[in-house]
Amino acid sequence: MLFFSFFKTLVNHEVTVELKNDISIRGTLKSVDQYLNIKLDDISVVEEMKYPHLSSVKNVFIRGSVVRYVHLPAAAVDTPLLEDATRREASQAVAKAKQG
Amino acid sequence: MADPRLSSSNHAPGFPPAIRLEPGQLIPFDQPQQHMNHPPPPGMNPMMQMQQGPPPIPQLPPQMFTTAAQLLDLTDKKLMVVLRDGRKLIGVLRSWDQFGNLVMQDTVERLFVPKEFLYADIERGLFLVRGENVSLLGEIDLDKDDYIPPPYQLAPVDKVFALKKAEDVENKKSEKLKQKRLAKEGFEGEHAGEAIL
Repeated sequence: MLFFSFFKTLVNHEVTVELKNDISIRGTLKSVDQYLNIKLDDISVVEEMKYPHLSSVKNVFIRGSVVRYVHLPAAAVDTPLLEDATRREASQAVAKAKQG
Repeated sequence: MADPRLSSSNHAPGFPPAIRLEPGQLIPFDQPQQHMNHPPPPGMNPMMQMQQGPPPIPQLPPQMFTTAAQLLDLTDKKLMVVLRDGRKLIGVLRSWDQFGNLVMQDTVERLFVPKEFLYADIERGLFLVRGENVSLLGEIDLDKDDYIPPPYQLAPVDKVFALKKAEDVENKKSEKLKQKRLAKEGFEGEHAGEAIL
């Protein structure tokens, strides 16, 4: 759930999503859901000639399971905060495992 | 009793709450429960405690961050669907569910052969696509409808189909070689499971 929350903080930022079929799509992150499905607006494809089917498309919904990487704007990521949140979630998971 | 604003009442119907909070438990990161209309009580948000700089950006309502909300915007729109096997279907999205299963009306399959800059359309009709096979949905900009960048040209289906088949065979061969070399180095490629199928 942490990365779901994290991606929500990146809404309206420009990101590049690289898919497992090697297409890279750049666009404004509009929405994300629990499966990390991603919605991008005003998209541009890095190699348009190779992927002509995306030329008349303005916004895309990308299934989370086909995403390989998401390239993020460094300025929009608070790394120490993310580290802290990760540790907290990990320690909570450990505590929960001990309980159950 | 925990703060009622932190209870799980304001998530989308049919979807479980993002994270269940115990009374007094700190919120792990920014929670969907907090949004513009309900600012969290002071001291409850770790983001506020930690950030010395600008205040946190107001969060959008959690209902916006569900699969349903994302697909709702695309309903009854002309879409270009890319399937996991690389097929491109163009049609009107009529129905869907939480798994991303889709019903597409008046569907046309469009074949592209990038090497020769050719394409062709095949009328297919009604489609029910199982969600797991979808890789991407694109809403077609009606101002740019059916815009295919030059030098791509429409060609007879038979010709494009034959070229496409030849290209697929070649791609499969190079993919197999790639997998083989990766396997030799101890890697299990991303499509390892699919390559067998």
